[in-house]
Amino acid sequence: MKLTGAQILMKVLKEEGVDTIFGFPGGVVIDIYDELAKTDIRHILVRHEQGAVHAADGYARASGKVGVCLVTSGPGATNTVTGIACAYMDSIPMVIFTGQVPTQLIGNDAFQEVDIVGITRPCTKHNYLVKRTEDLARIVKEAFIIAASGRPGPVLIDLPKDVSNTKITYKAPKRIEMKSYNPTYKPNMKQLHRAVKLIKNSKKPIVFAGGGVVLSRGSKELTELAHKTRIPVTCSLMGLGVFPGTDPLWLGMIGMHGTYRANMCSGECDLIVAVGVRFDDRVTGKTDTFAPNAKVVHIDIDPTSIRKNIPVAVPVVGDCKITLGLLNRLLDKEDLGDLKKKRKKWLDQIDQWKSTTPLAYKQKNIIKPQYVVEKLYELTKGEAIITTEVGQNQMWAAQYYHFKKPNHFITSGGLGVMGFGLPAAIGAQIACPKKLVVDIAGDGSIQMNIQEMATAEQYGLPVKIVILNNQYLGMVRQWQELFYGKRYSGTVMEHAPDFVKLAEAYGAVGLRATKPEEVEPVLIEGLSSSKTVIMDFAVEREECVYPMVPAGAPITEMLLA
Amino acid sequence: MTEQKHILSILVDNQPGVLSRIAGLFSGRGYNIESLSVAETMDPLVSRITLVTMADTPVVEQIVKQLHKLINVIKVYELTGANYVQREMALIKVQAKPEHRAEILRIVDIFRCKVVDVGQGHYTLEVTGDEGKMDAILNLLKPIGIKEIAKTGIIALFREQK
Ligand SMILES: Cc1ncc(C[n+]2csc(CCOP(=O)(O)OP(=O)(O)O)c2C)c(N)n1
Ligand SMILES: [Mg+2]
Repeated sequence: MKLTGAQILMKVLKEEGVDTIFGFPGGVVIDIYDELAKTDIRHILVRHEQGAVHAADGYARASGKVGVCLVTSGPGATNTVTGIACAYMDSIPMVIFTGQVPTQLIGNDAFQEVDIVGITRPCTKHNYLVKRTEDLARIVKEAFIIAASGRPGPVLIDLPKDVSNTKITYKAPKRIEMKSYNPTYKPNMKQLHRAVKLIKNSKKPIVFAGGGVVLSRGSKELTELAHKTRIPVTCSLMGLGVFPGTDPLWLGMIGMHGTYRANMCSGECDLIVAVGVRFDDRVTGKTDTFAPNAKVVHIDIDPTSIRKNIPVAVPVVGDCKITLGLLNRLLDKEDLGDLKKKRKKWLDQIDQWKSTTPLAYKQKNIIKPQYVVEKLYELTKGEAIITTEVGQNQMWAAQYYHFKKPNHFITSGGLGVMGFGLPAAIGAQIACPKKLVVDIAGDGSIQMNIQEMATAEQYGLPVKIVILNNQYLGMVRQWQELFYGKRYSGTVMEHAPDFVKLAEAYGAVGLRATKPEEVEPVLIEGLSSSKTVIMDFAVEREECVYPMVPAGAPITEMLLA
Repeated sequence: MTEQKHILSILVDNQPGVLSRIAGLFSGRGYNIESLSVAETMDPLVSRITLVTMADTPVVEQIVKQLHKLINVIKVYELTGANYVQREMALIKVQAKPEHRAEILRIVDIFRCKVVDVGQGHYTLEVTGDEGKMDAILNLLKPIGIKEIAKTGIIALFREQK
């Protein structure tokens, strides 16, 4: 069978089960676009390549499948870099195809040539420059394996124009073998036995879960572990949703803007069962004072995450879901004693922290951003898929929307990319057409990829955008208020468009609330619309996110108001 | 914790770009490379990189794990203790004034190295040895005057069971 590179690509994408590609065309990918139109793969034409990558990312996070992008060479490729770095930091499975100038021109500074493989080397899990059409099918298959297995991540494939349009006699690649790549899924049982012992002997344990539990689909096993052992659970930002936010054992998020009780627990606990986390500095605060009394059991599929930032007593390299399942079976065989009695003191202490210092804000006659999120939570019964932008909006979303299930909180955790939320919501909505998808946004961030409103409109995607409009780059302003003598340098954002009119200009619905009593009616109207909607909430301008741990301080030392 | 010299022997896919992945890992994460040597192994699809780095124990543990994580890295050996042999080769161009020529040749003799180029005012010596030998000969030649030096960096292999 004689096929062009572009035809081979389509064949392999179909074999890999790809149903949607987010992209933006250009000269060197015309051959691919020509073939793409002949398939039933859905192409979502974004308005900026960064939007394509974030949308594929949102699609991947909501569906658990590999997100796929296609862009042209040069500027098309460089525009993807932020999105790729974002997916890399959060371990999101994606395959990004970039066009490249013909192989014989590579290195000549040809028109729209850029060394995207060189540029993205440090922010991809792996990347390829395809030099011969004969290698294409194998490379694409490898890329999908690498992206989705082990600790997932983005893989980039650079496709020179001649590789796409050369016709060869196609032979399907044999079994894909990568001698240097085989992630460890099954944990070492000896380590698990040691973990069981620590769990049995611990008086003040906590479970700390992160994005690895989402990625391994281990939420059920994690919840079982917590209930079986009556160990309270906290999550990193990336882990929110893997344990029900309504469960009595739920501590709330830990870290810089974590709850008082979760952060206090880290100071007091004698055991942390850490699962699928990497002890990022936003979680630990000052590392040498983090969890001074705790032994750490650390379960992660990526050995580099273990002992990178903090000492670990029991390292367990393995898939979170598989490992938690095995741990639960081992615990079944143990006599854990009267856990109600055993945990009483510890859980009472936690309840006390919770009642003396809960997450709270003071309601006034100005709209409080927290109130908007709280109302959103009530009206959606905690069932919506929430994406966020970055800044205060993101933290209030994390604090006041009590996630019940994994894959429902989609946020740029590691890289913290302003402009992530809208395109990610578009991707999530495409993955889950029946779900309500809401982007909780800041007035600054939303302007960074606002052009994707046109994409949402074009494909009739009813995503809802809730702007917590404080006319500031609020999170930076908060740091300036607290640590830089209120000198608001570069953070005042009084020149924004009229978001209601802007929504209308894109053919969407625009709504606004300026008083607390308007919040609920606006949310009800906006959420029930079948269209793309922007809801602009004029919120208290100088509201701060609390608790807050100043950068570099121990996380038990929180500013509370 | 104290930094120590670690020799890493890394088997990698013999492909373009692999070296830059490794160099990029070191520069991106702030690890240092003291020396580096790369060549094909018996299997033309595989290259061996011998890399020397200064690091404390937790850092070297991270480096090894990070190297393993690269898709093109097949194996990483950390050579420790007396369990390996190491060699380095240097070409040393020494100033050779008439009054020093005899002494230089005496040093060549003692260290069992070779003169590979001679001129009016210089000798170029080829030296092979471990680090101790390298340091010793350089110390002796320095006062005479070293004009230029090129070193391969350390290469090393595990010792087999006796
Ligand atoms: C692309 C990018 N640039 C800069 C920053 C730094 N930054 C973090 S939060 C923030 C303010 C965001 O403002 P806004 O979207 O209005 O959100 P708010 O904090 O006001 O809720 C900035 C500038 C960032 N995270 N991402
Ligand atoms: Mg703002």
